[in-house]
Amino acid sequence: MPKPHFAIPWLALLAAAPLHAASPDADWQSILDEARGQTVYWHAWGGDSRTNDYIAWVGRRVDERFDIDLEHVKLDDTSNAVSRVLAEKQAGNHDDGSVDLIWLNGENFAAMRDNDLLYGPFAERLPHFPLTHPEHNPEVVTDFTLPTEGYESPWGKAQITFYYDGDALEAPPRSIEALLDWAREHPGRFTYPRIPDFTGSTFLKQALIALTEDRDALYAPVAESDFAAVTAPLWDYLDALHPHLWRSGRQFPASGPEMRNRLGDGELDLAFTFNPAEPAAAVADLELPPSVRSYVLEGGTLGNVHFVAIPYNSPHQAGAMVVADFLLSVEAQARKQDLEVWGDPTVLDLTRLPAEKRARFDTDDDHPALLPPEALGETLAEPHPSWMTALQDAWRERYVR
Amino acid sequence: MLLRLAPVAIVLLLVGPVLAGIAMAALPAFGYLPALGGETLTLAPWRALFAEPGLARSVLVSFASGLVTTAVALAVVLLFLAASTGSRLDRWIRRLVSPLLSVPHAAAAFGLAFLIAPSGLLARWASPGLTGWTRPPDLQLVNDPLGLALMGGLILKEIPFLLLMSLAALPQLGPERRMMLARSLGYRPTLAWLKGVAPALYPLIRLPVYAVIAYASSVVDMALILGPTLPPTLSVSILGWFQDPDLSRRFMASAGALLQLGVTLAALAVWWGLERLAARLGRRWLEGGGRRRGERALRLAGRSLIGVTTLAALAGLAALALFSVAGFWRFPDALPQGFTLQGWSRALPHLAGPVATTLVVAGAATLLALLLALAALENEQRSGRHPGSAALALLYLPLIVPQIAFLFGLVVLLEALGMRPALGLVIFGHLLFVLPYVFLSLSEAYRRLDPRWARLALTLGASPARVFWRVRLPLLLAPLLTAMAVGLAISIGQYLPTQLLGAGRHPTVTTEAVALAAGGNRRLIGVWALLQASLPLLGFLVAVGLPRLLWTNRRDMRGTP
Amino acid sequence: MIAHHLELERVRIALGDTPLVELDARIGPGEVLTVMGPSGSGKSTLLAWIAGFLPPAFTVAGRIRLDGHDITGLPAERRGIGLLFQDPMLFPHLSVGGNLRFGLPAAATDREGQVTRALAEIGLGGFAPRDPATLSGGQKARVALMRLLLSSPCAVLLDEPFSGLDAHLRHEMRRLVFDHLRRAGLPSLLVTHDREDAEDAGGRVIELSH
Repeated sequence: MPKPHFAIPWLALLAAAPLHAASPDADWQSILDEARGQTVYWHAWGGDSRTNDYIAWVGRRVDERFDIDLEHVKLDDTSNAVSRVLAEKQAGNHDDGSVDLIWLNGENFAAMRDNDLLYGPFAERLPHFPLTHPEHNPEVVTDFTLPTEGYESPWGKAQITFYYDGDALEAPPRSIEALLDWAREHPGRFTYPRIPDFTGSTFLKQALIALTEDRDALYAPVAESDFAAVTAPLWDYLDALHPHLWRSGRQFPASGPEMRNRLGDGELDLAFTFNPAEPAAAVADLELPPSVRSYVLEGGTLGNVHFVAIPYNSPHQAGAMVVADFLLSVEAQARKQDLEVWGDPTVLDLTRLPAEKRARFDTDDDHPALLPPEALGETLAEPHPSWMTALQDAWRERYVR
Repeated sequence: MLLRLAPVAIVLLLVGPVLAGIAMAALPAFGYLPALGGETLTLAPWRALFAEPGLARSVLVSFASGLVTTAVALAVVLLFLAASTGSRLDRWIRRLVSPLLSVPHAAAAFGLAFLIAPSGLLARWASPGLTGWTRPPDLQLVNDPLGLALMGGLILKEIPFLLLMSLAALPQLGPERRMMLARSLGYRPTLAWLKGVAPALYPLIRLPVYAVIAYASSVVDMALILGPTLPPTLSVSILGWFQDPDLSRRFMASAGALLQLGVTLAALAVWWGLERLAARLGRRWLEGGGRRRGERALRLAGRSLIGVTTLAALAGLAALALFSVAGFWRFPDALPQGFTLQGWSRALPHLAGPVATTLVVAGAATLLALLLALAALENEQRSGRHPGSAALALLYLPLIVPQIAFLFGLVVLLEALGMRPALGLVIFGHLLFVLPYVFLSLSEAYRRLDPRWARLALTLGASPARVFWRVRLPLLLAPLLTAMAVGLAISIGQYLPTQLLGAGRHPTVTTEAVALAAGGNRRLIGVWALLQASLPLLGFLVAVGLPRLLWTNRRDMRGTP
Repeated sequence: MIAHHLELERVRIALGDTPLVELDARIGPGEVLTVMGPSGSGKSTLLAWIAGFLPPAFTVAGRIRLDGHDITGLPAERRGIGLLFQDPMLFPHLSVGGNLRFGLPAAATDREGQVTRALAEIGLGGFAPRDPATLSGGQKARVALMRLLLSSPCAVLLDEPFSGLDAHLRHEMRRLVFDHLRRAGLPSLLVTHDREDAEDAGGRVIELSH
């Protein structure tokens, strides 16, 4: 069904942004005043307890500092929030929506932009945003190849990291191709989260990047290339891999965290996550054995930045902006990166941070399950978001019987 | 008078939303939903629905779990009642019925999953000694494609329900006289019950049985936890389509909701056919005169089946408790390497909100349901008019029409009316399911109360209102509290109405527990599921304890009324 | 003492086309009219009608007059007609005193004194706080009688009130009940199938047959 599309003159809005910069302090103060007493409904994936705990801490802090009541609406899939805003728009609810802040990236951001569901540009108005130094770190203003144009504010970083039980496994496979051979030798000990879970979908993209002969096609909209031809090597690979997966590839874990817990149970030998600190954090939480080690594939793994955005019809946009800004503060970013808390890498440019602030990010524990930052190696850029949905649909066509 | 409006209000309240919901699912199913740009009637949603990969399997699993669950649960209940001799074990099981019934479906599902999963409690305890496993076996025991784990979980939960319904209906039949008669004719006890009591009992529990079929064929929360995944059951698929960011999928979801209604109706129709068949075959068996053959096997089955299912339900709860405090637990160790309260201490700061919401919603829905039920029953007493069986069937309507089939339509309707998701709507949604149960559990006691109490009080000059407050209400305190506990338990267990009508903004312990299923963290799930199971239990403790406390000095009030 | 009288004028009660009871009677102050008949003869139906509890399935002609006023259409609680059942029916959730207080009209003065005196009169002084379940059958019956009298009815219906008692208690209770009713000057209608009841009542006897 075709959806109504109103092209917003992005450039004009972007051009208007510097006007706010004229008196940034006064501008921000008025936002702080407006935000006072607001209730901000933050729709965020709620599948991981550490993330949920962190968000609850954010709620306490913004209540103390800004008198904002932050409510975490836990989603099992971010697309639910997108769907809700869209439904509200269709029903003519343009100024009293139920979603104030969304944690998202990739195809959900693209979908919201396509349907003009986002408020903005607002990122440049956040006092802490300059700490990310976008001029040196383009990834904080680029989301799956799309420029964010101020319609979302960076929050954290992710990179595919593999981990395994060092007691059960000595030499884990170091490439997508080696993974297939390894799975043949170790039937039932590897799997990936069920599509359309985002970690699972990312595995498809990782494999596609490694296997396809036309890597460039992935960085343009899928409609511009021959999907069948570009993805053929991926399906051949998966067809060969599935019989050797956990439950013979007839069943998949629901999410990354479930995959982690199955590794803790000893059902899996090898798993992967989008958060490089997750294995070490899980060891600390007694969910994984201390023998767990992590690594990245040769040739690099997919990495991206995740963001928060504000729906166009949120009645508490000021409150949402204050929360988004707090998320970028040194206090919030350092706590987020703390292994004891969540372990999600910061989006601030640490090299350009004053030394005393940088010190708050230092960790003295070199956990055996944690990769040092330099070992993360090369980050592969995310393909165009349209590939995600196309791959998900094709996967379902092929493997749901 | 307000009282006279109560029965009408109840019927409107139960029937209105169901019919409106189905209607609002039917229109989009044929392409009509102006808010989303659907202005013409078309079969496109159905074509899209039937093109969905795995639809046939989804439908089959939903259909089969409706019939299999009901058949097995009913058989276990009837065999238990037949083999029951009033032994200590029998009395224990009867006493466990209410608490087991109060365990929410999601908690029971988690318990079962923790028990039977390849890395679950049973496998850990049996390994490596009995099984030789040093690693969890790569078996599809939970989320299996045939839905067997789902059916198992449903059976565990529906046995207490059918047992309670049977125990409530039995006294009307005078089972002792029937048994004496049959045994004096030489029938062994189990056969005497099956031939002399069961055929008369079944018509009395037919509506509850239909409710089980409908529930089992369309359940969402249990299917999310135990059901197949590729593809999931029809109801879970519909939920996914409805929440898809691509709003055009809502048309297909609506068609799916109608299909779900059709699947449930088909399961009911097949069951109805099976009833006829069983009646015909059963008559031959009844009149065949067999007095002993099969007695031993039937008795054994009656005892052991209920024993196994009760034990499984309890062991599941124990597993929840054990995993909730387990430290790292390597397979196949029988116990974790250490115990930790981390799960509890982490969850504690987050408990307050959902627990408060749960209690507010459950309390409000139950109170409203009690008020309506009392008003209708009091009106019935005063007017002397008793409703017919048609009214009873209407009461069962929200229990027999699949939730998923009409709740979506209801959400669409509310959105079209410009109503925003709010706590009030959640309470209203819960009321739809709480009211029938509260009414059913209260009406029995209300109608059975000796009418002479009221007459006596009236002839002593008490007004009808005084009779209600000073005589009927105190005399019915115990059943009233039980109805309240049932209402609370039903509300606490609700997943879909909370999720859909509250738009996720009003999380309860149930939605939180189900949301954790995707993460598979047993420690955390254990905490939430235990909490979810213990809240309704508190209601039952109050229902049992408060009358004992109040009536310590009133001997005749302490027996069961 | 007010002298009450109860009149039943050309009463005909029928269930569908089947006539059950025909009666025309006047019961004077302190008088006990006994209606006898086997079960199914319509005795209880007659009582239910006079008390105001007849289910709508019955068709009735005739009037009930109490002290000259037509009370046929009044609801049960406003007729001023008391009822004594076969069982004492003491409310199990109230104490003995609570049961008696329940009988007292709301406007009654010196409530505690009345309750104390009533208990003393039947030899149960000090029993007010007791749980009725701890009383013997005879004691319960006496409390039930006192509860009835405290509600100051203008007429009384007795529904086989002695058949639940042991033989040795029965005679004593009859004397107690009829003495009190006579002394209170209440017209009473006794329904029974026990001839001794009728003899002890000492009034007219009407036999219903069917």
